Amino acid sequence: MSRPRAHIVGVGESQYTRWGKIGDVTEHALACQAIQRAVADAGLSMDDVDGLASFADDRNEAVFLAAELGLPALRFANMVWMPGGGGGCAAISNAAMAVETGQAEVVVVYRSLCQGQFLRFGSPLSNDSAPADPAPPTLQQANSLMLASMGYALPYGLIMAAAAYALPTRRHMHLYGTTSEQLGRIAVTFREHANRNPRAVMSGRPMTLADHQASPMIADPHRLFDCCLESDGACAVVVTTEERARDSAQRPVEILASEQGAPKGYAFGPFTNANIADELYATGGCEEMANRLWDKSGLGPSDVDVAQLYDHFTGCVLMQLEDYGFCKRGEGGPFVESGALSWKGGSLPTNTHGGCLSEAYIHGLNHVVEGVRSVRGDSTSPVQYAEVCLVTSAACVPSSAILLGRK
Amino acid sequence: MSERFFPDSMPAPLADTTTLPWWQAAAEHRLVVQRCTSCEHTRLPPAPVCSECRSADSAWKEVSGRGKVYTYTIVHRPIAAGQELPFVVAVIALEDAGGVRIISNLVDVNPEELEIGLPVELVWEDMSPDLAIPRFRPTSKEMPR
Repeated sequence: MSRPRAHIVGVGESQYTRWGKIGDVTEHALACQAIQRAVADAGLSMDDVDGLASFADDRNEAVFLAAELGLPALRFANMVWMPGGGGGCAAISNAAMAVETGQAEVVVVYRSLCQGQFLRFGSPLSNDSAPADPAPPTLQQANSLMLASMGYALPYGLIMAAAAYALPTRRHMHLYGTTSEQLGRIAVTFREHANRNPRAVMSGRPMTLADHQASPMIADPHRLFDCCLESDGACAVVVTTEERARDSAQRPVEILASEQGAPKGYAFGPFTNANIADELYATGGCEEMANRLWDKSGLGPSDVDVAQLYDHFTGCVLMQLEDYGFCKRGEGGPFVESGALSWKGGSLPTNTHGGCLSEAYIHGLNHVVEGVRSVRGDSTSPVQYAEVCLVTSAACVPSSAILLGRK
Repeated sequence: MSERFFPDSMPAPLADTTTLPWWQAAAEHRLVVQRCTSCEHTRLPPAPVCSECRSADSAWKEVSGRGKVYTYTIVHRPIAAGQELPFVVAVIALEDAGGVRIISNLVDVNPEELEIGLPVELVWEDMSPDLAIPRFRPTSKEMPR
């Protein structure tokens, strides 16, 4: 590929806390803080920034943030049109397209989440407390295509993500004999990594497999410790041109390749769609996209030194390992049981920050931040000589992924 | 009114004009799927265009409501006030619906007996005079009519 590639030159984050703990700072103030820290990390000034990008229906609109931060000109403002955590890497990809095509020079990708100040994910669609004597339920007008689609999930009480993604995971267990203990190994490994990371919400909280097995069942087979955290916090990533990256304060990280998308008929994935193709149902839905990523990069699973895989639920991590070809279909269970994901001696050190399961749930943009640190060498669980890092966004929804390379 | 399995405070379904006929059929206790009259491909949820031949012509086909559990989850957290726990959300592969599956609930089922492949049948729950929700129960537990 002769075209100059975009680079990541800075990352930053606010403090990460448990859900609802940040009440005195607004979500957009937190976004500003993360953006400022990422720009400072890059050795740049806010006067250099001319683009902003986010995903997952971010409430903190780029045009307002640009005004608050005093950007001299907002040349590129982008929101990924993919639901939830699937769009994190796509936001990086869109920023990369912008700088590679001259739409902007320095684009900051950000995500800020203070769910305590808004409606908590997985709650019924209103914050109003339930009336003591509710009126008989009636059919409601869906004001969006998403809501009309949710009409085939909501009346059955399918609202919690933990229940929605239990559906493909349960089928994976049925087809391949995957066990709860194997899922638990994922959670325990990521917790070990979080215990080494002072930024992690679960930094000081060790977890054993017995703790995982004793944690309350939320939506079978998902126990509490199979589910990601709910967090308050923000993070940001600075994307710029190859030329600008040469003068960067930090070792720049090259975006080797990026991909986004969903297979045919996928819609929002198992959350609302019972009719995903049978061969795709018990997967993360990312295999086609992963193959395109490998093809365009000229790399393969064996070239990946460290991975940051979106971990909303342990089962979704396991299915991604198969989607991306780190093991064969159905062999995710034994693969994680082998200790492959461990920072210490694993064949594929994964989520070296602790992930959404144990660092923080910042919709996986924190995985991009860690991906950058893992190839430039300042992760709290560094993988020696790491040249290539795979970062993925949420699986079992339309997804995206990037490959990052050490310069 | 039918037997009740879930409280009134369950989330209400949402419909637009594409999906409204499906809910109107449900109110009459008819479980329907949408079939392309051009290529016979069957789809659910209803959509304005056939994903296979892209024809906008379609018809509603009533199905038996017999099927098998394709996958399931046993949910231990309440969605609605007064709800019995745990409750079961399942994907049902419908028997005579052109391969179509539907998200629903399994009722009258002991979670211990729950397994993928379990034969199930349709049971309607009238939430109000104008709103019926299709749910499923194990075929072996069929009540005498």
